[in-house]
Amino acid sequence: MKEGRFGVHGGQYIPETLMNAVLELEKAYDYYKNDPEFNRELQGLLNDYAGRPSRLYYAGRMTEDLGGAKIYLKREDLNHTGAHKINNVLGQALLAKKMGKTRVIAETGAGQHGVATATAAALMGLECDVFMGEEDTKRQALNVYRMRLLGANVHPVSTGTGTLKDAVSETMREWTKRIDDTHYILGSVMGPHPFPTIVRDFQAVISKEIKEQLMEKEGRLPDAVLACVGGGSNAIGAFYHFIEDKQVRLVGCEAAGRGISTAETAATIATGKLGIFHGMKSYFCQDEYGQIAPVYSISAGLDYPGIGPEHAWLHDTGRAEYVAVTDDEAVDAFEYLARMEGIIPAIESAHAVAYARKLAPEMGKDQIMVINISGRGDKDCAAIARYRGEDIYE
Amino acid sequence: MNRIESAFEKGKAFIPFITCGDPSLEITEQLVYAMEEAGADLIELGIPFSDPTAEGPVIMDANIRALAGGVTADKIFQMAERIRTRTTVPMVFMTYANVVFSYGTERFIKKAARVGMDGLILPDVPFEEKEEFAQVCRKYGLALISLVAPTSRERIRMIASEAEGFLYCVSSLGVTGVRSEINTDVGEMVKMAKEVSNIPCAVGFGISTEEQAHSMARQADGVIVGSAIVKLCGQYGKDCIPAVKEYVRRMKAAANG
Repeated sequence: MKEGRFGVHGGQYIPETLMNAVLELEKAYDYYKNDPEFNRELQGLLNDYAGRPSRLYYAGRMTEDLGGAKIYLKREDLNHTGAHKINNVLGQALLAKKMGKTRVIAETGAGQHGVATATAAALMGLECDVFMGEEDTKRQALNVYRMRLLGANVHPVSTGTGTLKDAVSETMREWTKRIDDTHYILGSVMGPHPFPTIVRDFQAVISKEIKEQLMEKEGRLPDAVLACVGGGSNAIGAFYHFIEDKQVRLVGCEAAGRGISTAETAATIATGKLGIFHGMKSYFCQDEYGQIAPVYSISAGLDYPGIGPEHAWLHDTGRAEYVAVTDDEAVDAFEYLARMEGIIPAIESAHAVAYARKLAPEMGKDQIMVINISGRGDKDCAAIARYRGEDIYE
Repeated sequence: MNRIESAFEKGKAFIPFITCGDPSLEITEQLVYAMEEAGADLIELGIPFSDPTAEGPVIMDANIRALAGGVTADKIFQMAERIRTRTTVPMVFMTYANVVFSYGTERFIKKAARVGMDGLILPDVPFEEKEEFAQVCRKYGLALISLVAPTSRERIRMIASEAEGFLYCVSSLGVTGVRSEINTDVGEMVKMAKEVSNIPCAVGFGISTEEQAHSMARQADGVIVGSAIVKLCGQYGKDCIPAVKEYVRRMKAAANG
């Protein structure tokens, strides 16, 4: 496969102004990924600052309730800043520092990646600007405050649908304005090469740990790994070290919003077609003339019209399967996990929990399922309360 | 001589950009005739895209207005075909990769060539990805226009050596839009390009005043103006034709002053 390509997907479809920046990034990453000193520093940060390894927890009550596969939860919600996003951010911020950059910029949907970036910027003394859809700044007001508290400038983006896609576009525009001292910490396995590869490598720690932890607890591989998919960074992280283990079912759970037969959906594999956008060739929700669709999901983090190129390829080859989960199902699962296990998952992660509730009973009691709980749900409580008709203030 | 080459035969070329369908395709068509009369040497017709990542607010808004008015690639092809029966002014499409790709790259390029377009500019297709589009463009005789930017440095020679039609020299960092000052050494960019190719070089991004047009034209073979014209279209709506015509006349004169 050509470098930077996953089958036909991937590539570098960006303005010439950014080309030297991504080439420079590729060169730096190729060097530092094999640099023992860089890896020692990163491992130290992941362990002592982010709190890795994250726990692999046996969800006994949920397993009993569903009556099928034995269910383990990979607790990325227990990481510092409350989500898997920190894994990638620490790696990229350290890389930016090694490259001599003094400023980082980032897009954010739910705000988790923005918070993680603001955190790493504070830790490493970098200037930080975060772009967030105006709609999302309302849905996730608490995270906006957290970013400001951490010293970042938050720029609400009012173009387009005022959501994640527009935040990505605006961060790309910002990068073309100021490149020399600035690194763009892309938050998902998307965008132009080398971002999908860099982000995947930094997130692959999730599946590496799952494999080791499950080997220790059960002495074997899981039968299925489930994760939610927007751009797809927590999912690729949870899948990566199992891709060669063909007996492990890999299931990505997309946000169907109000349903894949409605226009209010963000399920790219279910409703999108091949296209070129945000620097990559992949699947995108779009109309017959290639105009990007104004997608919708209750989850600001999954509310994106595309999917990372490696997922598109895993879909093409049949190695991973992608299912769609509605708002209603995700909200039910959000409440279910809270009551069943005393764990409030992010509404994004609740999409994976929702599908697990369907899949686990169909599996045998001797089988094992791992659900990646990509983040914690505190940020979502007010929005879910409103969804249930309860008007609370954050 | 092809039509794009002829655009650079009448002194410094003045190249205006307009967004198709803003405010309507009827006005877009009239604008083409008016701008040609006013001295435009080559016309860039923007096919609107929902999420134009290389554009500033002015052209972004024009895209949104045009799409809200129901403009599609097919309607634009029909308009271009009508225009070509009445004028030989060189015309190129400027749009984003997904507009071409989703239409079917070959189907799009074949149609563009058939209706009389001369070239295609895709700001999100850099040198590394161009072959996918360039090979089809070559087959149908359309020039795929290459861009160089202030950050291109050593890439300029590589890009210029394979450039077709004209070389689009991006004057400034950032997205499209009016700028009060242009600090890039455009002359140096053009010089590097000319070392490897005799391709005409046109400078765009940020140019709006006669003074800028004059100064940029001295360093290159032509100037491209987008946002300043699109702004007039936004400001005057269906009555924009006289204002745009007068502006183009002044800018063409300034570029050659």
